[in-house]
Amino acid sequence: MGDQVLKGEGDVSLKRAATRRKVLDGLVPVIASIGVFVAIAFLVSLLLYVVVTGAGRLTPTLITDYPSANPREAGMRSAILGSVFTVGLAGLICIPLSIATAVYLNEYAGNKWWSQVLRYNIANLAGVPSIVFGVVGLGFLVYGLGLGRSIIAGAFTLAILTLPYVTVVCVEALRAVPDDQRLGAYALGATTFEVVRYIVLPRAMPMMLTGGILGISRALGEAAPILVISGLLFIREDPTSLLSEFTVIPLQLYSWISRPQVAFQQLAAAGIIVLLAILLALNSLAIYLRQRFYRRLEAG
Amino acid sequence: MASKSIYRRRLINRIVQSAFLFASLVSTAALVVIFFTLTAESMSFFTNVSVIEFLTGTKWTVLFADKHFGILPLLNATLITSAIAVAFATPVGLAAAIYMSEYAGKRARNLIKPVVETLSGIPTVVYGYFALYFVTPQVLRGLIPDLGIHNALAVGLMIGVLILPIVASLSDDAMRSVPEDLRLAAYSLGARKYQVVLKVIVPAALSGIVASVILAFARAMGETMIAAIAGGFRPILSFDVREAMQTMPSYIAQVATGDAPHGTIEYQSLFAVGLFLLLITAALNFIGIRVVRRWEIRY
Amino acid sequence: MNEDTAMNTLEMVTSGRVEEAVEHRTAFDDAIIQVRGLSVRYNARYAIKDISIDFGRNQITAIIGPSGCGKSTLLRSLNRMNDLIPGAVVEGKVLYRGIDVYSKEVDPVALRSRIGMVFQRPNPFPMSIFDNVAFGLRVNGIKLSKDELYRKVKEALEKAALWEEVKDRLDAHAYSLSGGQQQRLCIARALAVEPEVLLLDEPTVSLDPISTAKIEELLISIKKDYTIIIVTHNMLQAARVSDYTAVMMPDENLVGRLIEFGPTKEVFTRPRDRRTEAYIAGRIG
Repeated sequence: MGDQVLKGEGDVSLKRAATRRKVLDGLVPVIASIGVFVAIAFLVSLLLYVVVTGAGRLTPTLITDYPSANPREAGMRSAILGSVFTVGLAGLICIPLSIATAVYLNEYAGNKWWSQVLRYNIANLAGVPSIVFGVVGLGFLVYGLGLGRSIIAGAFTLAILTLPYVTVVCVEALRAVPDDQRLGAYALGATTFEVVRYIVLPRAMPMMLTGGILGISRALGEAAPILVISGLLFIREDPTSLLSEFTVIPLQLYSWISRPQVAFQQLAAAGIIVLLAILLALNSLAIYLRQRFYRRLEAG
Repeated sequence: MASKSIYRRRLINRIVQSAFLFASLVSTAALVVIFFTLTAESMSFFTNVSVIEFLTGTKWTVLFADKHFGILPLLNATLITSAIAVAFATPVGLAAAIYMSEYAGKRARNLIKPVVETLSGIPTVVYGYFALYFVTPQVLRGLIPDLGIHNALAVGLMIGVLILPIVASLSDDAMRSVPEDLRLAAYSLGARKYQVVLKVIVPAALSGIVASVILAFARAMGETMIAAIAGGFRPILSFDVREAMQTMPSYIAQVATGDAPHGTIEYQSLFAVGLFLLLITAALNFIGIRVVRRWEIRY
Repeated sequence: MNEDTAMNTLEMVTSGRVEEAVEHRTAFDDAIIQVRGLSVRYNARYAIKDISIDFGRNQITAIIGPSGCGKSTLLRSLNRMNDLIPGAVVEGKVLYRGIDVYSKEVDPVALRSRIGMVFQRPNPFPMSIFDNVAFGLRVNGIKLSKDELYRKVKEALEKAALWEEVKDRLDAHAYSLSGGQQQRLCIARALAVEPEVLLLDEPTVSLDPISTAKIEELLISIKKDYTIIIVTHNMLQAARVSDYTAVMMPDENLVGRLIEFGPTKEVFTRPRDRRTEAYIAGRIG
């Protein structure tokens, strides 16, 4: 009897059940892999469609020229500059703040109640819809503080928007630094600041920068909050100061997408290619830094 | 380091600690600013509009001459598009998570997961563009000929793709943190792999999976650009997903695109709608985070 | 297992001819599992090498030895749990009812429903007490009416000496049980599939003395229906519950070897191998 059972034989109903189970065992991974397939197929078809539509319109003037009512002459120069200034400034605000927050939470505060509250608030901030950041930026920065519809108002809004994401990565980076390194330094009589400055930060920095870059690429793709802050503007000059009015790449794309003419659709697709190329470059840099980080952790 | 006196070193440590504490308070301060800014402007809004009308009215015509302030059309559209998104993202994302955590080898998984997560990194204007010019006319119209150019269905599906990585990634994490000895126990009872996965791993990770769906739902409700581009600006209370519908974020985008001078009722309505949206998503996130916490405690 | 064989084995053991003693086990007419020249390696590193041993029907056999001697590896190779570990390679033979369980036509899944297993840490599934016990029956596709299923669950819980404690709350979550109860639930879960052999991998290592005593009692009480193989590093436990004892010890290359096997009484009172003596006396941890 054991003989038969081991070979999956035995009485008929059991045998049938065993066959059914074997078939299902082969089927389930196939069904599960469809999930992955759908995701990848979608990504590929989106990229293909954009490239096929926009490649013909991908000219140097797309980058060097100002927007125009004539799709053949239109470019995104002011939007690119607007993005560089707004997102660059946002990064300069957000990254140091995130690192400082993460260091405080992970190295100074321990598990005290207020550190729990701070962590909880960071999680809550991450859950605020991005359009709400725009509305608050409009009420508080543009009108409340009188910054106007300016680059600096946009930059602050994006900085706070990306703050929780970058902070979370920075905390992870600190956690990845082995504890015995800290203890070793403390045992030599170092203060917390010295441990952070000489032991923890040098090792965690590449991973933190990875987080910063991911935050920047997220801010670069955000259209909704900037739309509320700057309005949908037609800007034909370079920004001159932090108080200048501005537009950003995704907003420029939005205004092109909203036009019914086919030429503007092609223009929008070409602009999307530019935006995706920038994001791809940023993400590659982030991945490179992360790999260096892990190599450094392993080496030490 | 050694030449400095211990008092000076301690002082530096103290100063840095205070500076870092100050920095870490920024997020909390931001939450306070968000809440008070929205509340303050909403108060002015609600001096002109009754809360009852806002919460129960079925007409939203703030941008017209004959003004009605019932949020239900916007809320309805937001819920419908988000429900479509979740209905799409949950099975697909869960399937992808099962594949990544249980079937793909380590190397394949390290390749697949970043690709899937890329879907969350693509700017949402791009999704809006793809929905308006490809998905609706080229794909969905083939199945539903009388589909509007702007429609809730395409918006929902596209948001579904956007939130798919949230479901896939968090569910994958949840399933992979199910203790190994549960798997072994199931195998030792003569279970086949699919039974181990579907009857032990998925139920054990269920709260993580549920949390991922709740968080994804909250994210879907706040999505703006896809709805603004592909959903149209028609604040109509309808359940027909083939029609254009305006979601709450999409209304905010429409007001921002046009001209709503500071102090007008249109301007104030941005804050009322923003506050309402924030409260709903905050409640969802609150539940989601609680569910995750409970699940973390278990193991 | 009859008296003569036991005596013969004992003589061989005491006269120092261990190879013959182990060889002699093949003559066990009632052996349900016969291990022949078994080696297991993880990639290139051997965990156990060249092990031959018989497990007699309706006996409790204890496998003891210091940690790292490969006793769990031996246990896991009996129901092919090692298949689940990437890089694990099994050499030699494990005969269950005379069939090599590593031969091609044997389905490991079917094998595992004949040879149940209980683990170190209680690991009930996150579901109700009833569903835990019914799990094995359900996944094995055994069609039962509601009443039959209930009867089988009840039977298994009774054998595991848990029925009286849980009969009023079968729908309660398994995690609401104490550690000792959870481990008995895991035993009930394994018994419900009606296996012939029950493998236990240090089942009481995480439990308090009272829970441990309960489990030892229940093992002795179910011995008449099952063949039980228990890995333990608690020598007193081996002495208390087992009929036969196998002693394993890592060699100079840290590869696990079987150094002694015989009736428990003999192994503990008159060990053949000096290392066994030292281990039992507590000189090898």
